[in-house]
Amino acid sequence: MSQRIYIPCDTTALSLGADQIAEAVQQEIEQRDLDATIVRNGSRGMLWLEPLVEVDTAQGRVGYGAVSAQQVSALFDAGMLDGNQQHESCIGLVEEHPFLKKQQRLTFARSGITDPISIEDYIALDGFNGLKNAIAMQPQNIVDEVKTSGLRGRGGAAFPTGIKWQTVLDTPSEQKYIVCNADEGDSGTFADRLVMECDPFMLIEGMTISGLAVHATQGYIYLRSEYPVAHKLLNEAIERAYKAGYLGEDILGSGKRFDLEVRLGAGAYICGEETSLLDSLEGKRGLVRAKPPLPAIVGLFGQPTVVNNVLSFAAVPYILDKGGQSYADYGMGRSRGTLPLQLAGNVKQGGLVELAFGISLRELMEDFGGGTLTGKPLKAVQVGGPLGAYLPASQWDTPVDYEEFAAVGAVLGHGGVVMFDETVDMGEQARFSMEFCKVESCGKCTPCRIGSTRGVEVIDRIRSGENANANWVLLEDLCETMIDGSLCAMGGMTPFPVQSVMKYFPEELSAAR
Amino acid sequence: MTVGKEWTEQSIQRIIDGLEHKPGAMLPILHAIQNEIGYIPEKAVAQIAESLLQTRAEVHGVISFYHHFRTTPPGKHTIEICRAEACQAMGCRSLEAHAKQSLGIDYHQTTANRQFSLEPVYCLGNCATGPSIRIDDDIHGRVSLDRFDELVASHQQDMKEVG
Ligand SMILES: Cc1cc2nc3c(=O)[nH]c(=O)nc-3n(C[C@H](O)[C@H](O)[C@H](O)COP(=O)(O)O)c2cc1C
Ligand code: SF4
Ligand code: FES
Repeated sequence: MSQRIYIPCDTTALSLGADQIAEAVQQEIEQRDLDATIVRNGSRGMLWLEPLVEVDTAQGRVGYGAVSAQQVSALFDAGMLDGNQQHESCIGLVEEHPFLKKQQRLTFARSGITDPISIEDYIALDGFNGLKNAIAMQPQNIVDEVKTSGLRGRGGAAFPTGIKWQTVLDTPSEQKYIVCNADEGDSGTFADRLVMECDPFMLIEGMTISGLAVHATQGYIYLRSEYPVAHKLLNEAIERAYKAGYLGEDILGSGKRFDLEVRLGAGAYICGEETSLLDSLEGKRGLVRAKPPLPAIVGLFGQPTVVNNVLSFAAVPYILDKGGQSYADYGMGRSRGTLPLQLAGNVKQGGLVELAFGISLRELMEDFGGGTLTGKPLKAVQVGGPLGAYLPASQWDTPVDYEEFAAVGAVLGHGGVVMFDETVDMGEQARFSMEFCKVESCGKCTPCRIGSTRGVEVIDRIRSGENANANWVLLEDLCETMIDGSLCAMGGMTPFPVQSVMKYFPEELSAAR
Repeated sequence: MTVGKEWTEQSIQRIIDGLEHKPGAMLPILHAIQNEIGYIPEKAVAQIAESLLQTRAEVHGVISFYHHFRTTPPGKHTIEICRAEACQAMGCRSLEAHAKQSLGIDYHQTTANRQFSLEPVYCLGNCATGPSIRIDDDIHGRVSLDRFDELVASHQQDMKEVG
């Protein structure tokens, strides 16, 4: 068989020249008349090594990263195809790399190994086993399995997924919907993107199982328009799943139906909030709806709707394949299973780290991240997206666990970890939090819409030393008002990063005070 | 994205007719029109309103709510610069300043030769290898100021080639 050379096709690999490398490799293959084939695989999540080129050898897959197109010819000269590991960019056997070796990959078990849109690859590594089990089960038993797993929503609010599904199952209706929240708006997060680009059948399978569990026949993936690569790969995967009988009116000959369609958002952070997302899917402005009623009872087009994050659905095939208990065996306290964390910002080894709950933030940033890329001391880290607090060094020993984070006034959110070195101006960061809210507020309630505009102004005054003390008190009040008076977490949590700067880095917000 | 493509009332109507049966057809229609001609012309607003049995004000309301939709023609290439936190940590603030200065435009503007439009974006999901930008449908990571200039130059070039 022709030897395989793997070149990833996810956004990060592409953003660093993977297509140019594929072209150069193809040229070498032809010029040297070699019996080798290029496979466009997904990413392993070791993003600082992208583009990570891998070759099949007798010992296993050997990796070379980060490769540039100019290096390709030299790599062939250095005996890349014979598994020669002398070249400076060789990282040895990919699966032995400590960054991967130390992880507990349940959701990302296949990522980077397979061609993302090959159903054969997917099936060869446990794909669709969960769906086959689910087809033979009663809906209530599927829901029970998800409850047993202890899975909590990975989109931010950490609500138990099984309980949400139970509500939809128990609400009678002719038409129910499964909606996947693929809006992934938080800066520093890309795990949803990696699922969609590197293992899209897993998301399709998870949503289909959800449909079977609650009697829903139509699913929508609400995807942010900022992800053109995911859009293309998802659509391709869906088309192939239809052709192979995993979607459509008669799933695997069971007589059960599930249809799935991708819908694009249009650049609005608030549309990640589930009720705003539903309005947007209905073709309206993405305004936040008051809850109750819950979307599980009155959701899309007024019908009972499961809304879950990409990672929540992506955890489901494993749970239905290996059993809820086997998922629940990972984790700590009330945080069961694994969490895909994302190391981003100023980090030496950025990428995806899937681990059982419980690791400390420090271990994550140092052992996996390897510290900052610039090599300068780390100063602050923002966890949980733009609405999450900035954590100073004193909080880096907090274990990654929903309740432990809440206890120090922080949020885990979607698992994004954004690192900043000592050159960051924390006053500027606080200002940005308010500015972001001003740009992205849906405008429905005053504390958020007007409060964020005032927030930017007040911070500007403090920073320029204008009545700094009085304005500081005003900013404190404003934060309280936004927290207490906002309808949703956009206005209700924007003050968190601001308050964290006021508390832990006060001198940087107000040199003049 | 094909920008500046000729359009007629009929070509827009064909897009609308192909999608209006979908539940919640508004966003798919707006995307399809913008994809085809680069923006949503005023004329299209009236046609969408009529086809979806909504008022023009409602359609305008939707368009103006979403940052992605535009009602004026963009330049040949749209450059989006990520302004979000992970890219801030890697120096996107100076990249923004450099981009505005070298292109001679601010956000939401188009260069005089109609080659580039500049837009802010809040995260491209490329946060481990920032700062990140998007040019049309291509995302670029680790964009230093020099790399930015190179990318701009290579997109200038294809204008000359195409004539
Ligand atoms: C302002 C705001 C933005 C949000 N953005 C997202 C998002 O991008 N993706 C997501 O899955 N959830 C997001 N959420 C959370 C959703 O409202 C909702 O909790 C989630 O989709 C439920 O799915 P889960 O239970 O699987 O987490 C956001 C919430 C708020 C308040
Ligand atoms: S808090 Fe902000 S985003 Fe949320 S409903 Fe109110 S105005 Fe809209
Ligand atoms: S923060 Fe810039 S790509 Fe995510």
